[in-house]
Formats: sequence, structure tokens, C-alpha cells
Amino acid sequence: MEINEFIEKFAEIFDDTEASTLTPQTNFRELDEWSSLSALGVMALADEEFDVELSGVEMKKANTIQELYELITAKAS
Amino acid sequence: MKAYIKALAYYLPETIITNEQLVAEFPEWTVDKIADKVGVNNRHVAMNETISSMAIRAAEKLFQENQDIMREDIDFVLVCTQSPDYFLPSTACLVQNALGIPKTCGAFDFNLGCSGYEYGLATAKGYIAAGIAKKILLITAEAYNKHIHPRDKGNRTIFGDAATATFISKDGFAEIGDFILGTDGSGAENLIVKTGGMACPDKANDLEFDENGNPRSSDYLYMNGAEIFNFTLRVVPKMVRQTLEKNSLSNEDIDLYVFHQANSFMLSHLRKKLKISEDKFFINMAEIGNTVSSTIPIALKDAQKAGLLKGNILIAGFGVGLSWGACTLKVE
Repeated sequence: MEINEFIEKFAEIFDDTEASTLTPQTNFRELDEWSSLSALGVMALADEEFDVELSGVEMKKANTIQELYELITAKAS
Repeated sequence: MKAYIKALAYYLPETIITNEQLVAEFPEWTVDKIADKVGVNNRHVAMNETISSMAIRAAEKLFQENQDIMREDIDFVLVCTQSPDYFLPSTACLVQNALGIPKTCGAFDFNLGCSGYEYGLATAKGYIAAGIAKKILLITAEAYNKHIHPRDKGNRTIFGDAATATFISKDGFAEIGDFILGTDGSGAENLIVKTGGMACPDKANDLEFDENGNPRSSDYLYMNGAEIFNFTLRVVPKMVRQTLEKNSLSNEDIDLYVFHQANSFMLSHLRKKLKISEDKFFINMAEIGNTVSSTIPIALKDAQKAGLLKGNILIAGFGVGLSWGACTLKVE
């Protein structure tokens, strides 16, 4: 999966955040809609699309969408 | 010797906490957001009630709704709870006395949460098969709200209190099939009330608030939502596959899946992961919430009322321990 498709999937976690407003450099923790529930959404995305188990501790290392993407794809390979 | 569920009943405490009430306390929440993300509109909360009083009400309801079930005939009482009236004696002994169940019965408590109903059914089936008991009253009674900090928005949104009573005997409407059970105590810290037991008898008074304003304290219920979510994804699909295999059934043979009603987000993810169609996947947490060991018997009762309890049913519980269990039920 390329980063652009990842951003599309990432945006689906939210109700009011459009993919068009997001870039690889977006700090997702600063999004208005970001919450502990969105973190579960990311874990569900990692599981569903990449068959990757992402722990809460691992996720703390990522701040931008690019970092999140790299974290997940590195575990998938 | 086969064992069957003959009847089910449940009791919900009178006090209801609505989403509107929660939003008044936590203005950053919205009613729609709670309903949408967590799938709960109302939850019942035990106020001045003990676990034994809730258990007794559930059992009395069972006797009232099923005139053919006689309390005089019960020869075993099992109570699943993590909030017993006392350290000792067992709540099951109080329940036996209050219900007027003969002194010739056996009775004990077991301490489990979201997997408790499966463990209760497994124990009851084993006792019937071994000739230890013939007519068993299995009670689940839980009040996590007693363990939750008042500022703990997430857990107060999810958890409701309830008690259920199930009568298990050599005849009934649902034959109890074969079980898959599992345990991983390495995850104990992920869902825990740390103080109050003999390891840490005194309150720690270590309340802190994280960056989202959520309280964390050893004296209240702590749940690491992310780790519990991952645990569920790791364990539940495998458990479901193994349960099908052990009962010589395939996914298509199951008419209804009834999972522990953890939260609607997790349930919907699990459903998709397991490729179960929506019409075969029972969700009924909107008016009740996550009632821990009571979610599955409540769901079974509600599915029965809705005429959905027929054919092969697969039930699966998972959570605190960490502990998990599943089995099939064959409904006539």
C-alpha cells in the first residue's frame, strides 16, 4: 500500500477529518478529532490492512502520518 | 451425560445513567459521539445494592418466569463475580440462604470477568457429566461501576451493572457443546483494580490525570484499552476457529454468534475480521452497556425473546485475567 492510500484509510477513522486535509507530514496527534479511540482505529487499520499488531507503546514513537506508515509497513515486511 | 440450559433471567439495577447525563459531566463528549463510537445509550448502575442482592433478584426472576423450576431441586449454586459482598464467606453461600435453596446443595464463587459465563457453563456441564450435581443455578453478578473513578469518562461510558441467573440441567432448550478455554496471566496488569486485596491492602492514594484528563489510580479500575484491543484481536479469531473445529462445525453452520458485548467498535472489527455477516452477529449493548460476565446471558435472553435463538449458537467471552472461553449451544 502506498502512502496516499494509507492516508485515505487513515482518514476513514475520523468523522469530520477529510483525507484532502492530510499530508504525510501531518502530526496526527494535533488533529481536533484525535483521541484514544482513534488510536484503537489505527490499530484496527494495521490489523485489517497489514495483518500487523501495533502496541500502544510502539505507536507512541510516531507523530506524523509518514512515521505511522513506516512503523506499520516495517512490521508487515 | 448431556447438559442443557433450561432457562435464563436477568436483573438490571433501577438507576440509569444516560448519555445526556454523561455529557453534562463531561462537556467534551457529545451524545452522538458516545452512541456512535461506543454503541451505548444507557447503562444501569448499582447504587446501594450489593452483589448478593442483585444475584437474588435475578434468581427470583428466573423462578417467577419458570414455574417448573423449583428452588427445592437445586443442588449447586455457582456465583461468578469480582465484587463479592465480603472477602469471606462466598457470596454463593449468602445467595443459597436468601433464596431458600436446600442446605444439601454445593455452592461457591469464582472470580472471573468477561469470560466468566463460559467458565460457569463448563463447570456446570462437568458437574452434571460427573454426577456431582443435576440441577445447577449459575449466577453472574457484577458491578464494575463500584470500582470506577467518577472522572473516568471512558469506563463510565462503557460499563453497566447487572446480574443474570441460568438454570442448567439434564434437559432444556440449549444443549451445551464443547469448550475452548484459555488464560494469559502475563496481561493481568492491563485490566486491574490493584489495591484492596492482600497484596496491597491499603489504598495507594496515587490518583493522577493523564494528558487527556483521564484519571489513573491503583485504587480504581484501570483498563489499558489499546492492549485489551490487541489481545482480543490476537485471541478471539483463533478461539472461534478452534471452537468450530472442536464441535465439528463450520462458519456456515452457525446461526448466531453471541460475543461478549465489550464495545461496538471492537465487536464490529472482530465481526469483519471473522467474516461473519451482520445478521448472524448479535449486538445488544445500546441500553445496557458492557455488563462484564453478564453480557452473554443477557444477550442470549434478548435473542431468545427476539426469536433469534435457534440452531447452532457460538458464544465467546474474553477479557480480564487475561482469560477467554467459548463454546457452542445447540438450540432445539
